[in-house]
Amino acid sequence: MSTLLVLEQVLNGLQLGVMLFLLAAGLTLVFGIMDLINLAHGSLYMVGAFVAATVAQWTGSFMLGLLAALPAAALAGMAVEVVTLRHLYERSHLDQVLATFGLILFFNEMVRIVWGPRAIFMDVPQALSGTVEIVPGAPYPMYRLAIILTGIAIAAFLYVLITRTRVGMLIRAGASNREMIGALGVNVKLLYTLVFGLGAALAGLAGAMAGPIFAVEVGMGEGILILTFVVIVIGGIGSVRGALVGALLVGLVDTLGRAFLPTLLRLVADPATADGVGASLASMSIYILMAAVLIWRPRGLFPAYG
Amino acid sequence: MRRKIQFAFAVAAAAGLLPAPALADGIKIGMITTLSGGGSSLGIDIRDGFDLALKQGGGQLGGVQVELIVSDDGRKPETAKQIADRMVKSDKVDIMTGIVWSNLAMAVVPAVTRGGTFYISPNAGPSALAGKMCNENYFNVAWQNDNLHEAMGQHVADKGYNNVYIMAPNYPAGRDALAGFKRFYKGGIAGEVYTKLGQKDYAAEISALRAAKPDAVFFFLPGGMGINFLKQYAQAGLKESIPLFGPAFSFDETILKPVGDAALGVFNSSQWNADIENAANRAFVADFIAEYGRRPSLYASQGYDAARLIGSALAAVKGDMSDKSAFRLALTKAEFESVRGNFRFGANHHPIQDIYVRQVYRDENGELTNKIVGKVFSDHQDAYAKDCIM
Repeated sequence: MSTLLVLEQVLNGLQLGVMLFLLAAGLTLVFGIMDLINLAHGSLYMVGAFVAATVAQWTGSFMLGLLAALPAAALAGMAVEVVTLRHLYERSHLDQVLATFGLILFFNEMVRIVWGPRAIFMDVPQALSGTVEIVPGAPYPMYRLAIILTGIAIAAFLYVLITRTRVGMLIRAGASNREMIGALGVNVKLLYTLVFGLGAALAGLAGAMAGPIFAVEVGMGEGILILTFVVIVIGGIGSVRGALVGALLVGLVDTLGRAFLPTLLRLVADPATADGVGASLASMSIYILMAAVLIWRPRGLFPAYG
Repeated sequence: MRRKIQFAFAVAAAAGLLPAPALADGIKIGMITTLSGGGSSLGIDIRDGFDLALKQGGGQLGGVQVELIVSDDGRKPETAKQIADRMVKSDKVDIMTGIVWSNLAMAVVPAVTRGGTFYISPNAGPSALAGKMCNENYFNVAWQNDNLHEAMGQHVADKGYNNVYIMAPNYPAGRDALAGFKRFYKGGIAGEVYTKLGQKDYAAEISALRAAKPDAVFFFLPGGMGINFLKQYAQAGLKESIPLFGPAFSFDETILKPVGDAALGVFNSSQWNADIENAANRAFVADFIAEYGRRPSLYASQGYDAARLIGSALAAVKGDMSDKSAFRLALTKAEFESVRGNFRFGANHHPIQDIYVRQVYRDENGELTNKIVGKVFSDHQDAYAKDCIM
């Protein structure tokens, strides 16, 4: 196990973390501000991926695909908010889970009707198709590096938006006391729709960027949604900073666990057992992390409320 | 209790105590397959392949009118079980078929075949059903699960590779896959990795793989997992330096399209391909493209063969299914022209067939597809047949 390999795996972990952050940022804002559990967040990710893949195929330009995915996902998100979710804010979490689970089925079926049941093709943009040696001797896919950089840029943008602008102030206010900002005359309905649109656009961006790496297929948002929920629970519900830290933690623990647990276990057990147990432990690692964080800090690392 | 009644019914029927249902005017076939959600393209291809044989016969198989009842299991074992109960009890189907996944097959098939209904598997071939739990009413027209992996093990060994990195999801079929590969490949193992079922990101595995410096990679990652892995493997720049090998499950037409050039040139093992030369296959491929406007996959070929196997047996008994042992004997003979050519059943009702190596290439229309580049096994039989006592 060389230092080079460890470094490379850390990069892999960061990249997964950044991807999770894009999804978690939107989900945690919606959860924190509107107190809404939105299981359909993964569907917006799927919509982003499908729109990006289709536009990229039509125009031959990945960038255009990416640019189309953002408004498409945002519009889909805002439409969902206005049509259904708005009526669920006052209801119990169980009702919300039920309704947004229904939305998952709706989106999956809709995508199947429009695009068919088969996965569709999306390639890495030509300019980013090679590998670079950040650390000499360890070629790293340029596209994954671009994802890391985009993620960092988005995190910086969200930081400025939330801490330095008026909208950000309202978002923060909304996260800590929803009734109060309504009482102060802020148009809460509009704020909710905007926040939802922002979250949806970020999910769409994540989907579009995931397209060239992952299979663009019906149901692609569900697996990653579970990880996203783990991220926001670890980070503290409602906190974008928590989402960033949580996402990077989950990305790193998951990747490093998969990469090194079987090898480490080989030191104490025979190879067959080590591989089997290692693989199982690695897939549990993030949940163990979540449990540990919750014991230490029951409301997550950076709770948004008071 | 329910099972007991079924069993009693079957015994009574077999003994001629109950009047056999009127069969002169046709038979009923129940198809349970996956038509929605993840992996639905496999079920759709099986259904369409089966349907094609039915359409070619004008609604008949082997000259006997067939009513086909299709139901979607959504890839859920409990749903498949419910549908099977309904088909056996209220629809009173004579034959069942269609299941794609081994875990669903294990939930449905043993009860169905014990109850006296015939089951023709067009895909799933779990080892239990080929060995200890085999049943006289169960026939698999595709393969036993290990077969294609065994072929790739043999091929990789034949090519002289001696330090192979092997990878599969951490679930029973994944473990069987690597066991099957190692049954015929006896060389060095650079790494044996079990990934999470449904995993999307393989960056960690690919980095570790590169560091292990193998001379070849064998992987079994069906469905979307394979799409993810193939794309990421090519993006990591490894496709040119470390050759990939895998079973046909990651290289059928529904996967090659979304994967694109990342799959170009990769070798994979299959019992069927569109370019196998025989009259049945030529007619199948041409008619399938004409009917559905897309290329058939191996799953479609298996659905088609399942229908034609049933047709051959129905023709032999002239549509009279009241004598189950006569129908069973006719199935055992497999007197139909399989689209894969050489085909017969072993004692455990699983195929004895040839297995080929295919390579992904871009055809004259610019579409990615496979061509056969060699034959690995002739008359290959599964490793579990000896455990089967009927």
